[in-house]
Amino acid sequence: MSAQSAISIAFTLNGSPVSLDIDPAERLLDTLRYRLGLTGTKEGCGEGECGACTVYLDGLPVNACLVPTYQVRGSRVETVEALDPGRLEPFLAQGATQCGACTPGVVMTALWIRAHPELLATHTIRELMAGNLCRCTGYDGIVDAVAAGLGPDPGGGR
Amino acid sequence: MHRREGLAKLTGRERYVDDLPLEGALWGMTVRSPAPRGRITAVRFRPEVDWSEIVVVDARDIPGPNEIILIERDQPVLAAGYVRHVHEAVLLVAHPSREVARRAAGAVEVVVAPESPALDFRVPPRPEQIQYGRDNVLKRLKIEKGDVERALAAAPVVVEGVYETGAQEHVYLETQGMIAWLEGDVLVVKGSMQCPYYVLNALKHALGRDEHRARVIQAPTGGGFGGKEEYPSTIALHAALLALKAGRPVKLVYDRPEDMAATTKRHPSRVRHRTGLTKDGRLLAQDIEVVLDGGAYVTLSPVVLSRGIIHAAGPYSCDNVRIQGRAVFTNAVPFGAFRGFGAPQTLFACERHMDVIARTLGLDPVELRRINLIRDGQSTATGQVIRDGTDRVAVLERALTLSGYREKQRANREFNAAHRATRRGIALATFYHGAGFTGGGEVHLSSRLHVAGLPDGRVEVLSANIEMGQGTLTVFTQITADRLGLGPEDVVIGEADTARVPNSGPTVASRTTMVVGRLIERACDDLRHRLGLDDRARGGAVRDAVLRWHREHPGQRLLGEAIYERPPGITWDDERYQGDAYAAFAWAAYVAEVEVDLRTCTTRVIDFVAVQEVGKVINETLARGQVQGGVVQGIGWALMEECRFADGAMINNQLTNYLIPTSDDVPPIRVAFVENPYPHGAQGAKGLGELPIDGPAPAILNAVAAAVGADPRAIPLTPERLMEIADFGLRIADSRAL
Repeated sequence: MSAQSAISIAFTLNGSPVSLDIDPAERLLDTLRYRLGLTGTKEGCGEGECGACTVYLDGLPVNACLVPTYQVRGSRVETVEALDPGRLEPFLAQGATQCGACTPGVVMTALWIRAHPELLATHTIRELMAGNLCRCTGYDGIVDAVAAGLGPDPGGGR
Repeated sequence: MHRREGLAKLTGRERYVDDLPLEGALWGMTVRSPAPRGRITAVRFRPEVDWSEIVVVDARDIPGPNEIILIERDQPVLAAGYVRHVHEAVLLVAHPSREVARRAAGAVEVVVAPESPALDFRVPPRPEQIQYGRDNVLKRLKIEKGDVERALAAAPVVVEGVYETGAQEHVYLETQGMIAWLEGDVLVVKGSMQCPYYVLNALKHALGRDEHRARVIQAPTGGGFGGKEEYPSTIALHAALLALKAGRPVKLVYDRPEDMAATTKRHPSRVRHRTGLTKDGRLLAQDIEVVLDGGAYVTLSPVVLSRGIIHAAGPYSCDNVRIQGRAVFTNAVPFGAFRGFGAPQTLFACERHMDVIARTLGLDPVELRRINLIRDGQSTATGQVIRDGTDRVAVLERALTLSGYREKQRANREFNAAHRATRRGIALATFYHGAGFTGGGEVHLSSRLHVAGLPDGRVEVLSANIEMGQGTLTVFTQITADRLGLGPEDVVIGEADTARVPNSGPTVASRTTMVVGRLIERACDDLRHRLGLDDRARGGAVRDAVLRWHREHPGQRLLGEAIYERPPGITWDDERYQGDAYAAFAWAAYVAEVEVDLRTCTTRVIDFVAVQEVGKVINETLARGQVQGGVVQGIGWALMEECRFADGAMINNQLTNYLIPTSDDVPPIRVAFVENPYPHGAQGAKGLGELPIDGPAPAILNAVAAAVGADPRAIPLTPERLMEIADFGLRIADSRAL
């Protein structure tokens, strides 16, 4: 990073205020991982295909590898580190994680679906999870965990 | 038991190599060959970078032989004046800033005087393309049983076919990565890997160090699928060379495009079958020729070829079999270990060929398999007499029942009659997969494992076998706890650190649960014996004895040990390729149902049933997940995953245009296990990890053939490829109004 081009930004990260000087070209993914030490957010492809770096930006899931950090100025960013581990039991029980590299991104999307069950009126869980690539599970464990977290009648089907 | 490290993974607390904090580390980058073959005539350092800030390593910095030691020693750590494939590593650079290191790597120009590359493994090389031996053949192997020529000459029917498979990327979600640093005189390398002792051996050889000055630690590994079997030796050496030259820690982590372009992939294959049969479909002779694209260095191709040819005749009984295999040199990135290790390629050919035979003879593909499936007392191509008590026909029947095969055949006929632009089809594959190293491999490995009794009364498993998602930590915990009557919380699985753990062999070949798990059981028994306990001592008795031992032997280590012993009755003749190729086979029947859109030629798998006999299932959730993941990886290989090459370089080396299945591309994978405990595996388990990728591709292509009447013989069966081979012209015209 060259110092003369640094810009200052402030945003809310996992509920706490953050102020940083950053490179204008810096990706949110790198800011989180290498500058702030929040390594739960993973890089899988660097081009928005795999979803391993999914975080919430003002409440919506986004790929942190595609977000220039300066764009989160004044926004709310939430990462996997902010999640309540108590909500993750179905993911363990259904075998939703194997190698774990896609898992934080999967969990972020899955819990977002759970928070917006109205989406299941128009989309299946499989459609809603399709932005998160997993190479280990074949997706059944993930889809079942999302459905289990929604209660007895998920509506969206498998 | 739930996955042991599951919560750490779900909460993002698990630390992979790129997550590890490293004080004062440099970032390493690799400068690669731009050409498939030729002499390096110049390496230019362009002036836009301040080179005084950059650590640069080339082949002259290698203290020992410039060789990545594996089966052969033909592959250099860094190209020394000559390159044999695009993206071959030539030079390494490092800098505290990743961005500066990346710019520096981009500012090195490697100039190559091009020579004629061998790029198609299916055609004989021209003289000027010969670069290995007399004919570019890296390895030839042959299996012979009975008299194939005579049997073919006498056979009432002979059916021939040629089948091809493409390269496949592993796409482990965590890319390859390694960090290296010095602790005093000891070089420590830590990273993503399946085989810590392979990496240690590679470091010792090329860096001229003994094991007291080199140490390898596996970091939590985000998927491997074979891609982290041999390749990590390369990146470990690169990180180590930079760290040695810089005198500082170095982190070398590939981004996705570099990982996809520069690392190993599944061997492309071409398999030719010539099969003699009776008119009612009994196998009389199988003549099979297997050719694999080995790429630019030998790496593991000889053993991939070995496993490939051993599985090539399928799970059938036939008195006359000849299988001839060769792995061929090309100027492509070396092809390497990938889940299944040659068997998925040859089983694709075998199982697709079975349906071609059935259609040629007018037989039901199910009946053709039912009459030929190997029965106890009959022998495989290598003459291995199968006597495991598994009813392979019952496995097939279970798959038919579970999938509703016959009902769906009827329903699909009605569906196809009623729809103008879509067709449905259902079909199957029956197959097997040998667990553990081939032939005498496990004896040669002579794996060693320890179970330690700790001063606090717990026990610790010390093994070199690693967790990469497949469940080693959990299953090892279960095996240990069950053997000693302890709770899972009393079992520690030690980090795979070559300074602490014995060499229990690589985490490959579906051997971890069956072979290494059995070593755990025996080491637990040995621990009990050392404590003066008999094999019935469990739980509190074991814990108390461990505590007592430590009170009486303060500061000493209490170790139970096991070394691999060949199960009784196993023999293998490596010269003639005859005998017991594997201590045990897992057996399976998979059924795929597809829907083909005649307008777009897209194929969608709409139902999949996977039935297998893998001995005893130790953890049902983990085992089911292995099968589901393997099947979906197989669906990708069958229908969409295509490595596109130009002049020997992969050109779609990103996830935007190398497509793997998403959750919306695949149906629920319905899994069932038939259990028949194997007496020499842990708790009766056989190998499982690789089996599920053998069956999907042939089952799916057979289903496409059943759906649309086309005859696809190559994968991936992309829409483009199906459009080329199938003539849906009339029907497309009909459907235009739809």
